[in-house]
Amino acid sequence: MRKQKELIGLLALRISILFVVISFLAILIFISIKGFKVLNIGFLLEVPKDGMTKGGIFPAIIGTLYLSIGTIIFALPLGVLSAIYLIEYAKHKGLIKTIRIGVDALAGVPSVVFGLFGLAVFVKLFNFGVSILSGALTLGIMILPVIIKASEEAILAVPQEFKEASFAVGATKWQTITKIVLPTALPGIITGTILGIGRAAGETAPILFTAVTFYQRLLPHSIFDEVMALPYHIYALMTEGTASEYQVPIAYGTAVVLLGLVMSINFIAILIRIRGRRAKKW
Amino acid sequence: MKKNFIERLLPIFALLTWVFLFGIMLILFIEGTPIFKSVPLFRFIFGRHWYPVHEPPEFGILPLICGSLMVTAGALIIAIPFGLGCAIYLSEIANRAVREIIKPFIEMLAGVPSVVYGFFGMVLLAPFIQRIFHLSIGLTAFTASVILGVMALPTVASIAEDAISSVPKALREASFALGANQWETITRVVVPAAKSGIFASVILGIGRAIGETMTVLMVAGCCAVITPNFFKPVRPMTATIAAEMGEAPMGSMHYHALFAIGLVLFLITIGLSLIAEHFKER
Amino acid sequence: MVNHKIITKNLDLWYGDSPCLKNINISIPENAVTAIMGPSGCGKSTLLRVFNRLNDLIDGTRITGKVLLDEQDIYKDIKDIFHLRKKVGMVFQKVNPFPKTIFENVAYGLKIHGWKDKTKIEKKVHDSIIDVGLWDEVKDCLHKNAFSLSGGQQQRLCIARAIAIEPEVVLFDEPCSALDPISTAKIEQLIEELKQKYTIIIVTHNLQQAARVSDYTAFMLLGDLIEFSETNQMFTTPKDKRTENYLTGKFG
Ligand SMILES: Nc1ncnc2c1ncn2[C@@H]1O[C@H](COP(=O)(O)OP(=O)(O)OP(=O)(O)O)[C@@H](O)[C@H]1O
Ligand SMILES: [Mg+2]
Repeated sequence: MRKQKELIGLLALRISILFVVISFLAILIFISIKGFKVLNIGFLLEVPKDGMTKGGIFPAIIGTLYLSIGTIIFALPLGVLSAIYLIEYAKHKGLIKTIRIGVDALAGVPSVVFGLFGLAVFVKLFNFGVSILSGALTLGIMILPVIIKASEEAILAVPQEFKEASFAVGATKWQTITKIVLPTALPGIITGTILGIGRAAGETAPILFTAVTFYQRLLPHSIFDEVMALPYHIYALMTEGTASEYQVPIAYGTAVVLLGLVMSINFIAILIRIRGRRAKKW
Repeated sequence: MKKNFIERLLPIFALLTWVFLFGIMLILFIEGTPIFKSVPLFRFIFGRHWYPVHEPPEFGILPLICGSLMVTAGALIIAIPFGLGCAIYLSEIANRAVREIIKPFIEMLAGVPSVVYGFFGMVLLAPFIQRIFHLSIGLTAFTASVILGVMALPTVASIAEDAISSVPKALREASFALGANQWETITRVVVPAAKSGIFASVILGIGRAIGETMTVLMVAGCCAVITPNFFKPVRPMTATIAAEMGEAPMGSMHYHALFAIGLVLFLITIGLSLIAEHFKER
Repeated sequence: MVNHKIITKNLDLWYGDSPCLKNINISIPENAVTAIMGPSGCGKSTLLRVFNRLNDLIDGTRITGKVLLDEQDIYKDIKDIFHLRKKVGMVFQKVNPFPKTIFENVAYGLKIHGWKDKTKIEKKVHDSIIDVGLWDEVKDCLHKNAFSLSGGQQQRLCIARAIAIEPEVVLFDEPCSALDPISTAKIEQLIEELKQKYTIIIVTHNLQQAARVSDYTAFMLLGDLIEFSETNQMFTTPKDKRTENYLTGKFG
């Protein structure tokens, strides 16, 4: 009786794992099979044509690239500096805890709320308009917690001995941080950053009212231009327009590109983490 | 010790997360509360009709709240058992090699962009559900719940796993020493010992599901009606904001109402974060 | 007449509320090796880290009394503690090269102290590595990661890193406790050579090591300095009963 209960219980646990693996593979395989049918060089490098029913998704790829780069330029320094403060400088326990609670709370804010904030502040108040800049700032605030947490963890893992050795030759705290701590923590920070990019590249709701447009023939040439973006493109193809028999295949193609992009980004992050752990000799 | 310029600015960077949190709240207040001049708070929250473009318009968000609660509840039915199952399996049963393979799957599942989930729901799951349940339309609360469940699963799994694997080994050994088998040890010793962390994981899973936008926008249908029937379309709060912000003229009642919904969402998720924080503390 | 490099006067140190060093008066002779011995937890490392103010990193440390380096109070007169640490180098118990190349490890201190000229830096790195007797072993792999060296080589690299910036005093905190006997012998020999140029203070648990390498020995117990004298004298005729007990293995 006890034995049977155990067998059933452990089986249930295995089923959960199976559920995860199957769900992931189902999405990946289904979208890949359908998506690769429309995928070719032209699809990647051409602009959309004939009211979205033909052509490629080049501007959306570029738009997503620009948005991700902008996001990182904004969020990476802020995140790393916050983490440095939390780990190396902040003394007061209560203050540290308060900041951490803020980070967690920010991480829990729904993406569409960031979109509202971006709309009211960057688009309207600062008058950046619907633009790469507004979108990148909005996304940047959203992924800030990801970067702070990853950097904190990485900085915390730098052995105290390294810091002491650096102080002992006369380095200042700031020199020690920039020359010893950050380089040592770099793999962890990069992993976090990459995960942040993956998140930013895949998000739709925050850029819905702040950065994207459905259709654009020319590529953006300034940060005040609006852009197309892969995730929004999928949404728009599925919900706008009338020629769904032409649009859905393009959506499959776009989905496979986006999924491929985000999955490779995640995969690289995981690889760097595993490699970093192996290479660690201290 | 003299501090350089950047070092002196560090606390400001670290406090930026709070600045953003307050900024978001402030903006939502400023842009959201004007709606209460024409629609009293009570009627806004408990009004049963959301007809923003009727003449005269009605702004009752009860159907939207119900929509959010329905899909979230449905999602939890999937995310909690499977998420906890994965967490327990990873921490209690899997050996290192298995863990190194399975964990990336969970992380990758978390990394799939929500618009891709939504797309997958639209093109595969919705038609499938429509067929097997003989529905007139496949975009229902049930469909959204299934997808949201898979999306919230990684959140539950990863936080619960942290909690479970931090249960001291001695506790398990004590249980085994008394002759308990593995299942009994898990259910009577390990899980109870980790229960506050597990609770936190569930709360954060709720936050993830309730704040999700693109998926529900794409697969929940879009009827702002109150229904107990999971096989009917519903319209959660997030989807309403995302779908209607583009059409709401700036400064109109509709615009303010959408920000007010954002405020409700924000307060709910902040509340959930704080509750989770409280349980993580234990 | 010996010249005293470091002199402490009525030095007390607390970690928070617990006293760790009690009324230490010691005069460290110049260009000699001074060993500090004592049972675990008696405050040896703490005393060592007073001399380069590394204890400042630990919150809640409080110090009273005077610590003079060349007649200057390092807690009052020397405003720039980084300048102090240029004069007082340190080698740690836990072998701790940076996760950088061998070259970069030694060059680190130089760059910190403003060296810019590449050829000068190269020359100095070269000389320092020669001084610690590591050159033949690493000359072909200067740009490999320092962690590719053996433990003993790493520790000599750490010594090279410390002496590259030409300190006047070098502090060694149990430098051999993690090393094999051969590496230990090499480091002891190195310390012997280094005392020509530097004032050396070494914390050690190993009585034989203290006897072998040091000219003077201090014996500490529970934060008190019990006895300080020439090594020969202490090992043959200890003045204090407690020192004698320690040397004959009755405790510690
Ligand atoms: N950061 C600290 N905070 C509080 N107390 C400390 C700290 N570092 C050391 N102590 C205490 O100060 C006392 C002396 O420590 P110290 O490291 O100087 O001893 P030690 O003689 O070097 O010992 P060992 O031989 O084990 O290295 C010990 O009782 C220790 O517990
Ligand atoms: Mg010590």
